[in-house]
This record gives sequence, C-alpha cells and structure tokens, in this order.
Amino acid sequence: MRVLRRRELPPLLRAIHDPPARLYLRGNGDVTLLAEPAVAIVGARACSPYGAQVARMLGRELAGAGVVVVSGLARGIDGEAHRGALETDGHTVAVLGCGIDRDYPAAHTMLARSIGERSLIMSEYEAGVEPAPWRFPARNRIIAGLCAVTVVVEARERSGALITADFALEEGREVFAVPGEITSALSKGVNALLRLGATPLTGAADVLESLGIQSPPNRTVEGNPLLDLLPATADELVQKTGLGVGEVIAVLAELDVAGLASEGDGIYRRLA
Amino acid sequence: MLARAVTFALVGLEPRRVEVEAHLQGGTPSLTIVGLADRACQEARQRVRSGILSAELEFPGGHVTVNLAPAELKKEGSGFDLPIALALLAASHQLPRDRLAEHASCGELALDGRLRRVGGVLAVAEGARRAELDRIICPYEACAEAALAGVEPVGMRHLADAVAYLRGELEAPEYVVGNGKPRRRPLDLADVRGQERGRRALELAAAGRHNLLLGGPPGTGKTMLARRLPGILPPLEEEQALEVTRIHSVAGLVDPDHPLIGYAPFRAPHHSASTAAIVGGGPRLRPGEASLAHRGVLLLDELAEFQRPALEALRQPLEDGELVVARAAGSVRFPARFQLVGTMNLCPCGARGDPGAQCSCSAQRLARYRDKLSRALLDRFDLVVTIPRARALELQGGPGERSDPVRSRVVAARLRLEETAPKRTSAADELLTRAVERLPLSGRGRAKVAGVSRTIAALADSDAVLPQHVAEALAYRAPSELATP
Repeated sequence: MRVLRRRELPPLLRAIHDPPARLYLRGNGDVTLLAEPAVAIVGARACSPYGAQVARMLGRELAGAGVVVVSGLARGIDGEAHRGALETDGHTVAVLGCGIDRDYPAAHTMLARSIGERSLIMSEYEAGVEPAPWRFPARNRIIAGLCAVTVVVEARERSGALITADFALEEGREVFAVPGEITSALSKGVNALLRLGATPLTGAADVLESLGIQSPPNRTVEGNPLLDLLPATADELVQKTGLGVGEVIAVLAELDVAGLASEGDGIYRRLA
Repeated sequence: MLARAVTFALVGLEPRRVEVEAHLQGGTPSLTIVGLADRACQEARQRVRSGILSAELEFPGGHVTVNLAPAELKKEGSGFDLPIALALLAASHQLPRDRLAEHASCGELALDGRLRRVGGVLAVAEGARRAELDRIICPYEACAEAALAGVEPVGMRHLADAVAYLRGELEAPEYVVGNGKPRRRPLDLADVRGQERGRRALELAAAGRHNLLLGGPPGTGKTMLARRLPGILPPLEEEQALEVTRIHSVAGLVDPDHPLIGYAPFRAPHHSASTAAIVGGGPRLRPGEASLAHRGVLLLDELAEFQRPALEALRQPLEDGELVVARAAGSVRFPARFQLVGTMNLCPCGARGDPGAQCSCSAQRLARYRDKLSRALLDRFDLVVTIPRARALELQGGPGERSDPVRSRVVAARLRLEETAPKRTSAADELLTRAVERLPLSGRGRAKVAGVSRTIAALADSDAVLPQHVAEALAYRAPSELATP
C-alpha cells in the first residue's frame, strides 16, 4: 500500500475545490498512470442489459485507446466499465468509498483482484474504515476529480452517478451522457443531464475526440451480415435469414468470442 | 402347531427373505405379531382376523404367535397380511404346509378377504426368484408386475381363492403382460411455435443426455418445452426398463395393466418439495423424485424457488448416478441417473428479459435469488439457454416440427456417440483455446463445451468436431450474470 500526500496528487485532482488530504493506493499499477488521460464511467448499480453492454463497450474501447478508465467498483455500470477495460491491455482505476483494505461490494472481490494485478485501487480512507452511505458522494468527487471527462451511462433521478456528474460540471470538466429511452426510470437521470446541456454520447470516439486522442482504426469486421441485423434474438435471426438454428447460434457465438457481439437475457447486441 | 410362509421385506430396493412363522398354543384366544413389525404391519392382526372369517375359514382358537424372522430386520407395510394369514391357516391344518413352503407370497388383505395390491411386488418377486422359489402368490392386479421378475405369478383376488389354490382345488389364472409403452401419448413438440433456439437446446439435451437450464421471463414457453423432452427420448433398453420399474413399483406407482416402464420416466416435483421428497428417505425409506426420474427426466420448474438444501442434495446423484440415504441402522442406495432440466425466471419479479416490462428487483433481491443456485449446481448444467419472449410473428407461424423426426435424429446421434465419438479438429481445438482465454470459462466449463460440441457434431452426423460445432456449444454456457457471483 502506498500513500499520496496532497501535493503528490495528480494535477487534475489537486485542482478541485476540496482535494483529499491523502490518497491510499494499492495494486501493481505505477503511480504515473494517474498522469495519463482518464475518463470516469459511472452509472446505476441496477442497470439494464443495454446499460451493461454500453458500459463494457466504452470501458473496452477507451482503455484500448490508452485512456485510463476510472470508476467506483460498484455493481452494474461501474463493474462493467472496469471489466471492459480489463479485456484490453489498458488500465482501469477503482476509487473506493470505504477503507483501502476493503473490497466493497464483496461480490466484486475477484474484480478488485484483477484490477489490482495490473492497475490501481485507491481510497481517501485508511484501512478499516467501513463503507457508509455518506462516504460514496465524497468518493464520487475523487472520481470526477481524477478525470477530464465523465461519462454517465444510466442513472435514475437523484442518483450517485448524477452527483459525480455535478462534481465534474462544477470543476468545469466535460460530461457526456448516454441517451436512454425516455420511458425508462434508468434514463431519467441521463436525459435530465442532456436537457441541462451535457454532450450526448454516440460512441467511444466522441470521448476520444474531446481528449484529443486519435481513435484507433475500427476493427475490421469480416462483413458478417448477421451483425447488421442485431440487436435480435437467435430466433429472429433464424426467421430473417432462413439459416438453420444451429448455424445462427454458432455464428453468434463466434462473434461473441471475437468481442463483436454479446448476449444479454437472450438478446444479442452488437458491441463494435 | 407350527407353519411357515415365505415373503420378502424391502430394504430400499433390495428384497430380504422373511420367514413368517405361525405357532398355535392353547389358552385364551389372542394374536401376537413379533419381529420388528411397524405400525401398518401390526395392524395386520385385525385385517387377518376379518379376512379369514370373511373367507369362511376358521380363525384358530387359542393363543397364536406370529414371528417375522429375522427378528432384527425392520418390516414395514401391509404386504405381510397375506403370508401371515396363509401361515396361520397352514398351522391350523386348513391348507397343506409343504405346498405353502414352495411359494412366496405378498399382499394386503381387505376386511372382506379380498387381496389388495401393495408397492414393491416386483422387488419381492425378484427376491423369490433369487431364493429359487418359482411361484409367488400375489394380488391379481400385481401379476404382470411379478411376472417381470421371471417367476410364475399366482394372481388371486380373494384369500379364499388362494387357499383353494394351495389345496389344489383351483388353477392359477391367466394374466396379461403389458407392452411397456406409456399409457398416455407424450406431449408433442408440434405444439411449440417458434422458439427455434429452445427446441434446438432440447434436441441437444436429448441426444447428449445433457442437463438443461431454461431461463427467461414468465410465459415464454420454458415449461412447455421442458415437458416435451420425454417425447423425444429413445425408449429404454430392457435392463434399464426393469431398473426403472423396480423403483416405481416400490413407490407404488406402476400401472397394473402395463407394469413395465419401457420409456424414459418424467418427474416434475413442485418447488415446495422437501429434501426427503426429492432425494428419498423418510421413515419408510422410499425412493424420492430423483430416483423415480432414474433413466429419465427430472424437471425442476421454477428452480430458484426450491429450498436450497433440496437442490444441493441433488449434486451427489448428478455426480454418481445414485443416492445413498444414510440411517443409523445402515444406508440404502437408490439409483438416480436422471437428466436434470430446470426452468427459472431471470429475476424474482420475472420482468427481466422482457422488453415490455420493467424489472423492479433490487440488487440484493436479485443476488439472493441467484444465490439459490450455487456455482456447484449451476456447473452441472451443460446447456443454459435464455428464452426471450416470442414476438407475435412467431406465434402466428404454423405448428413446429413433430416429436417423431426429432426422436429419430436423437436416436441416430446417440448411436454415433456410443460407437465412435467425434474428435475435435485442430481448428476446433484452436477456437476452444481462444474462447477459454477470452471468456470466463473454468476447467469444468471447458469440458462441458467440449462435451456439448461432440453432441452437436453427432447430431450433424459429422465424423469430426468442427469449429462451428465448438462455436455453437459456446453459446450454451452459463451467462456471465449467472456465473459471476
């Protein structure tokens, strides 16, 4: 475990209104990775399959382009963003709302271990501090503070993700919001942000552009016609294409292994 | 005066020889049964007395002692009525003792002297065959069942007939042996519209004897599909049919006219079932649902609603193919090599996976729901398929493929798997390795994918497991939201 004093904090974080007095770090990542361009990906814990797909895709594509993906290790969007980043050889940083020695939530112990193997886990709380509701908003100011850009994927009204976005806006950082269905409670928060003037996010390239990073050339999709029909269930593809069900499932699974599509609750979605 | 009749007590499914000795003494008229007889067996006193009197035979006066030997073996149930009555009658010289000694017997007596069926006649008859008794006197309805054991059944409707037969005044009546086919036609797959992916998974499960978990919102046809699995399974081989019939016989579940169960049995216990109901046991050590599904299908509808101990208890039979029910007095083995099919909603409120509904479950509630399925149990499912809600378009379509052609493909694939199981090509191997690197796939998960891909290849009538077979098999692994705790 390492400790950063206030004057050792990365410049962006040191510049916020209320920087932490010290920051505890663990993990094998080098401290210098905090100087790399970073993007926060935050959102609802109880997210929809769509939100999970988007978070994972953004995590993967941003980390793949060399951006550090910062999030809060929570369930839902946070966890997916970390996982997406871990699928590349890029970096991801988890900021905890509890003592540095804790993995919270416990369900993400394995995820925390994977992050620690390569990157960093940090907290402003010393070992032994219990997670408490009022510590999470404080943690959110660090997430927003570390990053030049904050992306909100899904958020209900008055949710923690919106607090993060508020911190980012107060510090004059860029905030992206992923547009959602206007009928879904999970979209209320993000759509409200959009109405207030947040930038709608249409792809990882938007974020990279605002950071001034060239987006890596699009992976060449071997023109698989099924990809253009997604999102769809396997059965719908069987009906639309006239292929055998075994064949369709095999192609979808290959797309899954190649990281081009993935399944959530029976519906296949495009990732790239 | 002393006389003996032979019958068999069941320890689990195993018949143990029991000598029923009746001894007449002078003194106050009374009847005592000794030899670790349970309640039902003790009550034989009243039934035997009424039965003998109703048959217009003479109930011996004086003190009568009936001993069920060996004395340390627990005797349960009402099947001892008939041997007790016959031993009593032989002891009082109302029928020839030596002729009684050539027969095994079992059956319950009604108060009017008629014989009633009891469970486990097949196992008792098998005991008789092993003890080299060629004939078994049993209730007429149990004839066909007893005949399966290879002994000659003497099916009687009334105690008076049995006595007449033993006196040589009556011949053993004719009986009919069933054909081993199910009495009711199994449900047909033609009823299922659309659901191509579900049907495909069902066919794979049938061909490879894979355990199948169907997930999805309510009303999408998970249960409907699962109930149609027995209809596409091949018939049982003779040896297997006897095994299955023995278990069902002990549970008292065989059809008297068609006792042989020549088809894969299907059991679907309700989710309120206790652990003992599922794995067997209880005070009388009866086979549970898992054993009744031996060589067939055990459907656990709404899997996550079952009590966790009941689910965990299934891990042993899924691994070993049998259940060992341990008791202080010793343990009993019940075969339980079944195919497990589970259905579950994706969340407690059921809305997940349904585009038209909003899930209202909290993360904790969702986690608790999924925690019901331990990793260990989830790992036993080779095929995990999510069935999304069908669109109106699919439901308008015509009926699906019938079960018969599907069953023919299943039979052909099973033959192929038994002869020379297809092997993976190097390209297929490479895909599998790549998948293990990229997906969260454990060692067991890899083995499952390999197994399922063999089944897919066999169904495709392919000599080798090709990359597309491995790819399809990968699509049936447990989704990450179920696999990651």
